[in-house]
Amino acid sequence: MQYYLGMQRIISFILDYRNAFLYVFLFFFCLVLTMRSHSYHQSKFFNSSKWFTGSLLSAKTGISDYFNLAEENQRLAEENKRLRLQLFSRKSQPSSPSPLNSTYDITHARVIKNMYTSPRNYVTINKGREDNIAQDMGVITPLGVLGIVENTSNGFATVQSVLNTKSNINAKIKNTNYFGSLQWDAFDYSVVQLVDIPRSATLTVGDTIATGAMSSIFPEDIPIGVIQKYELNQNQSSYTIQVELFNDMANIKNVYVIRNRDRAEILELQKSTDNVE
Amino acid sequence: MNFKKVLTMWNNPILLNGLRFVLLVFAQVMIFNRLNVLGFINPMIYVLFFYWYPIKTNRPLFLFLGFFIGFVIDIFSDTMALHAMAGLTVAFTRPLIMRFCFGGNYEFQGFTFKNTTRTQRVTFLLLLILIQHIIFFTFELLSFSHILLLLKKILFTSIFTLLLCVLLSSLFAREVD
Repeated sequence: MQYYLGMQRIISFILDYRNAFLYVFLFFFCLVLTMRSHSYHQSKFFNSSKWFTGSLLSAKTGISDYFNLAEENQRLAEENKRLRLQLFSRKSQPSSPSPLNSTYDITHARVIKNMYTSPRNYVTINKGREDNIAQDMGVITPLGVLGIVENTSNGFATVQSVLNTKSNINAKIKNTNYFGSLQWDAFDYSVVQLVDIPRSATLTVGDTIATGAMSSIFPEDIPIGVIQKYELNQNQSSYTIQVELFNDMANIKNVYVIRNRDRAEILELQKSTDNVE
Repeated sequence: MNFKKVLTMWNNPILLNGLRFVLLVFAQVMIFNRLNVLGFINPMIYVLFFYWYPIKTNRPLFLFLGFFIGFVIDIFSDTMALHAMAGLTVAFTRPLIMRFCFGGNYEFQGFTFKNTTRTQRVTFLLLLILIQHIIFFTFELLSFSHILLLLKKILFTSIFTLLLCVLLSSLFAREVD
């Protein structure tokens, strides 16, 4: 009898506060989803690369893109000019490898969603699995590095931007061999941080920062930005460099997805080496 | 004739709120998520859903709707469940805020927004917005080293959202209520 009364009390307690319980339950669900994405990858199921969200966002971009066509044309023309110049200087050195033997494939894509105000920004592009885009491919713009592909659907993909506190890209000071990793502290969308550059490096404000050779995602020497200022970190062992990005992260339209054909082989090799140890 | 039919259609609360839900989500993800005023302000105008929702509610349903409107916006903007968290909390605290703004008699029969002053309504809206923004940005940053950035974001985005919501709510004010 007593047990029954106790049970009744518990049940009536739950019924009295059923809204609070529902709230706590749903809030906890949200919290788990959010916390997971703080430390691990973005959720595979709930992201904007899906068919429905992707089509809607690209329909919207299809309209709004017309408003800055002229500016975008100008930017692409500038890039063509730069590439032409490189091509001319290349002709004088016939020993350089021809682009046909390159280990990299390049796919062009358009940005359909670009956020840069959150601490964990993702860019959505209009190419996906059907265009051979897969996780962990590098994405660059005509001016510099944009990020790394995180999730793909048939027609769309989300890219973890360099403006993401989870982002960690291998980078170096151009023309030297000092490597570090590129991170973001969420304060300013035009400035990212390069950490772990050894103390012995000589730095100058205005030096170019480019991607390093340690990653199998990006080719070496893709520009990122210039040194804005630098200081030693807390234990005085390495530099933390503020890097001003070449990209205007607020205004990105055309991007290139880079696929390293040797990446699978490199990863395989690294894995087998690790296993031997 | 048809016009009259359309008018009576709007008195169906399910249809009306369903349409509001869809339109607010669209407006949020297509327009207001891309404003980037001063480089960081993206007003969250879907809070109007909670402002416009009928006073007498089925609370569990309202909680689910609050969660769901946030979650749909989250999927579009890759923010995990931050909007869902904010929407859910706004839905949960709304009765409390209403009692604070309109006094205890808001639960009585015959109470409508028409009986309230403009100040009361703006205070109601402001409190909804504050709760939404505080939850959203706190869980978005979740770090003590960013406390100034957090306050800056909450303050400026709230002000901008409030301005827009006051504008929108007077623009789409309904004659019959």
